Amino acid sequence: MFPLESLGKFTLYLLSLFIGMGFGAVLEMSGFGDSRKLAGQFYLRDMTVVKVMFTGIIVAMTLIFFSSSVGLLDFDKVWVNPTFLLSVAVGGFIMGIGFIIGGFCPGTSIVAASTFKLDGIFFVLGVLFGVTVYGETYPLFQNFVEDGEIKRFLLTDLFSVSTGTIMLLVFLLAFIMFYFAEIAESYFGKKTPWSEISLIPKNKRKIAAASVLITIAFIMFFVGDLTPQQKWNRLSINEQKQLDERAVFVQADELRELMFKDIAFLKIIDLRDESDYNLFHIKNSKRVPLKQLSEKESILELQQIPQPAVIFLVSNGEKLSSEGYKILKSNGVTNLYILDGGINSWLSRYPIEGVNPIQSDNKEQLNYKFNVAIGSKYPSSFPNVEHFPAIEFTKKVKLKSKKLTSGGCG
Amino acid sequence: MEKRYINPYVGGVVLGVVLFLSFFLTGGGLGASGAINRVQVGIVDLVASFHVDTNIYLAKMGGGTLNAFDSASIWMLLGTFLGGLISGFFNKRLKIETRKGEGISNKTRWIMAFIGGAIMGFGARFAKGCTSGQGLSGGAVMAVGSWVFMFSLFAAGYLFAYLFRKFWRV
Repeated sequence: MFPLESLGKFTLYLLSLFIGMGFGAVLEMSGFGDSRKLAGQFYLRDMTVVKVMFTGIIVAMTLIFFSSSVGLLDFDKVWVNPTFLLSVAVGGFIMGIGFIIGGFCPGTSIVAASTFKLDGIFFVLGVLFGVTVYGETYPLFQNFVEDGEIKRFLLTDLFSVSTGTIMLLVFLLAFIMFYFAEIAESYFGKKTPWSEISLIPKNKRKIAAASVLITIAFIMFFVGDLTPQQKWNRLSINEQKQLDERAVFVQADELRELMFKDIAFLKIIDLRDESDYNLFHIKNSKRVPLKQLSEKESILELQQIPQPAVIFLVSNGEKLSSEGYKILKSNGVTNLYILDGGINSWLSRYPIEGVNPIQSDNKEQLNYKFNVAIGSKYPSSFPNVEHFPAIEFTKKVKLKSKKLTSGGCG
Repeated sequence: MEKRYINPYVGGVVLGVVLFLSFFLTGGGLGASGAINRVQVGIVDLVASFHVDTNIYLAKMGGGTLNAFDSASIWMLLGTFLGGLISGFFNKRLKIETRKGEGISNKTRWIMAFIGGAIMGFGARFAKGCTSGQGLSGGAVMAVGSWVFMFSLFAAGYLFAYLFRKFWRV
């Protein structure tokens, strides 16, 4: 399954070098080392930038989402630039002004410099100066640029539609732009008289290529996005193995230890119904019904939890929490664990006086008899060592921070 | 004799494949400005290490024992340069020259390039990326911010194009 994980530093750097070479070469071959070509964009006489950039976007988009829908690529592990609406809008505007003055963007200026274009070299020096100024004045803008971050905010979330729908819309947008770009280029660039410009696209190869892309988008549109179960099935056998080998089932004592440790984020999610939760729950646990857990908002919140974090799923037994585990895991939530034996095991390890076990075969029920709802009022909800001396347990929680490659610009 | 540039749509397809491979293999997209920023921090760190350690923005990349150059993006930047160089060599476009509009001197063009670059470098930090890292890469994975960025960038370009038309006359 891609992207490749646990790449060694050396391999990652080498790969980045080769990818960069491809990037630089294609920019150079398309003419992006020439500032006149880039600026010509804004006078409608040379539309190379729009054509190359949007063809690149739609081709990459098709390959990314198609390979992820057939299970080759795990999209949850792909870096998506977080959205800072105001900051990117202002930044984009500033850069637009810089573009028309300087005639490059940072990437293209590197390519211009590499082919000895002096204006490219001056532009690169300018960029170095610009980032220096930014670094030194950063405290002035810090709040503005860091506020309002929305992670992994996709067009599909914004419009609440499927990936296929967005692909269709983006492709249409791109084709309309290409259509007008061709006309603008003939009129403003080649100075073809208006009467001689054909308004009907005739190039068969272009039409064929566009049809292929549109067809893929239509297939994606009709197939629709994967459900959590389908995603789970696509995940490598490893994930199921984690469950089967009980690698993610953590004993009560280890959870207890984490509760008393000063770790960044410990999130305990209680999947049981309200009445069980009111009778008894672990201190600081949050009740989230399974249905709510599968909703976009909950998943996003857990995907974005600051790292290093540990997330625990709790139910009376293990059935409900295993369900929840599959849903979250197939949505790319990491550092996820299940309370071994659930609340029933917890209560047998940290008993409460007067609350007695009931004989039952159904482990998903609360198998203890409560006369009153005690919530998290008793030491059993936050079992310190004085009340419940420590015992040996097998350590299973691994604190690791999820690190996504942020790409060159991150 | 300089060879012709390739068809922009063909270039776009190749660019799309390169971008896809970047995501597919490493999980991240393409970019340049972040790495240029790292180069700057790395240089400052060499001459004024204390300054980097005490500036909150610089410290994130080069503070303490962090080496600003120790990043995949630096290698991508190096690759971009080499890729341009190799393509320029084979297409016979390696030539010391200044590309500019008619009617302005080389010196004017250099000053404009420097000022434009400075504005771009500054703006790229607000935008959390450049045209390639924010626009192209984010655009392909449907990031909302990236699309806002692209529209904003092109809008500003077209709005201000008239003001600077003298510099780009052909």
